[in-house]
Amino acid sequence: MAKRSFLIPGVDKRLLIKDSIKTMPDVTRRRFIAGGASLGALTLLTGCDVVDSSSAENMLARISKFNDAVQAFIFNPDALAPTFPESAITKPFPFNAYYELDDAPDVSAADWKLEVRGLVDNKKSWTLEELYKLPQVSQITRHICVEGWSAIGSWTGTPLRDFLKLIGADTRAKYVWFQCADKDGYNSPLDMRSALHPQTQMTFKYANEILPRAYGFPMKIRVPTKLGFKNPKYVVSMEVTNDYKGGYWEDQGYNSFSGS
Amino acid sequence: MSSLTVADQQVGSTPAKVIQPAWVRVMHWTNAVAMILMILSGWQIYNASPLFGFSFPREYTLGGWLGGGLLWHFAAMWLLMINGLAYLVTGFGTGRFRKKLFPITPSGVLHDVRAALTFKLGHDDLTVYNYVQRLLYAGIILVGVLIVLTGLGMWKPVQLYYLVALFGDYPTARYIHFFCMAAICAFLVVHVLLALLVPKSLRAMIIGR
Repeated sequence: MAKRSFLIPGVDKRLLIKDSIKTMPDVTRRRFIAGGASLGALTLLTGCDVVDSSSAENMLARISKFNDAVQAFIFNPDALAPTFPESAITKPFPFNAYYELDDAPDVSAADWKLEVRGLVDNKKSWTLEELYKLPQVSQITRHICVEGWSAIGSWTGTPLRDFLKLIGADTRAKYVWFQCADKDGYNSPLDMRSALHPQTQMTFKYANEILPRAYGFPMKIRVPTKLGFKNPKYVVSMEVTNDYKGGYWEDQGYNSFSGS
Repeated sequence: MSSLTVADQQVGSTPAKVIQPAWVRVMHWTNAVAMILMILSGWQIYNASPLFGFSFPREYTLGGWLGGGLLWHFAAMWLLMINGLAYLVTGFGTGRFRKKLFPITPSGVLHDVRAALTFKLGHDDLTVYNYVQRLLYAGIILVGVLIVLTGLGMWKPVQLYYLVALFGDYPTARYIHFFCMAAICAFLVVHVLLALLVPKSLRAMIIGR
């Protein structure tokens, strides 16, 4: 399939790549954010040094943390993401990452194991075969990207909360932290309440077929109450922890809660 | 004439009539700042996944990249929402909206549009809004409410699913959000232009008289 066909109308591929590249080096990124600093200093930063660009950045980071708290406060664990009929599924469902599809992890099913760490009773690793034996459910929900586009897809897998129960996870812990096989080591923290949401899923199938490489083979975490970047693909480990360990995009400035 | 105006006149040392009370001026300029921040950061966010076949020039965007734009947008939203809410409450509470923006009659609007286009529209008494002003000011308040509601719906499409449902679906809310922005920008152009054409109205919005 041509790469182009993975894109949906309205997604500017060049901009996607441009944005991704620009986000990577810290120094460059800081300079970019600071670009708005003088304006911010004049307006929101009463009392702060107008020429100190990092003060604007610090203020924005603080407000983002405040927004995390606000979002956690209004998060209702019983509110379900709307579900859709099969006819509403977006075809083709877009591939989206900070790299081209050719560079997506090519995970060997035989060698892969899900590593379990942290505040859990049973830290044994899980083979794909073992995971496939767990009860699975399906959902057709809307995936919303931080960039603004959205697409409806069909995911099948084991509710994460069932798995967390199975491994004896301490669900009073603050986060489940996922690490992935993506190049540059993608990772992302998920707050425990979202991890325990009934629709949060360890996904093994897309559209009733084994999860293809483009969508995160062998396992993706589908969180319909979060933006797409908090739905990690190619997951290799999960850690139940009270520590905020950061994430690939979260560390670069995307709001950490990013819940919907 | 509003009760606030009367009060100001009684305690004020100068006899000049207060055209814009202090709360209107403070909220107006706070809103102006919040709106500019929201629009410029919104353009940054738009550029990450354009709805139409164009992007906004980088020089006119805030935040440097999508993540920065989002930080600005979700910071300035508090300023916009809190100020906007305070404005609505005060506007309704003091009766300013009722006194200054209503009634809006089609014949009045038609008459004043015609007068404006032929440069015959008088601006002798700035305390009374003409029908073009009434229509534009009432209209932009509605657009402001709509852009905040679509924005909230897009921010929390699960928690506030009823908001998204009100607008149809998520992508539709996104389009409405965009068109509201376009309407605000169009308003801004006309608004600034007219303020410059009638400088005493600008002065009234700064010093009140």
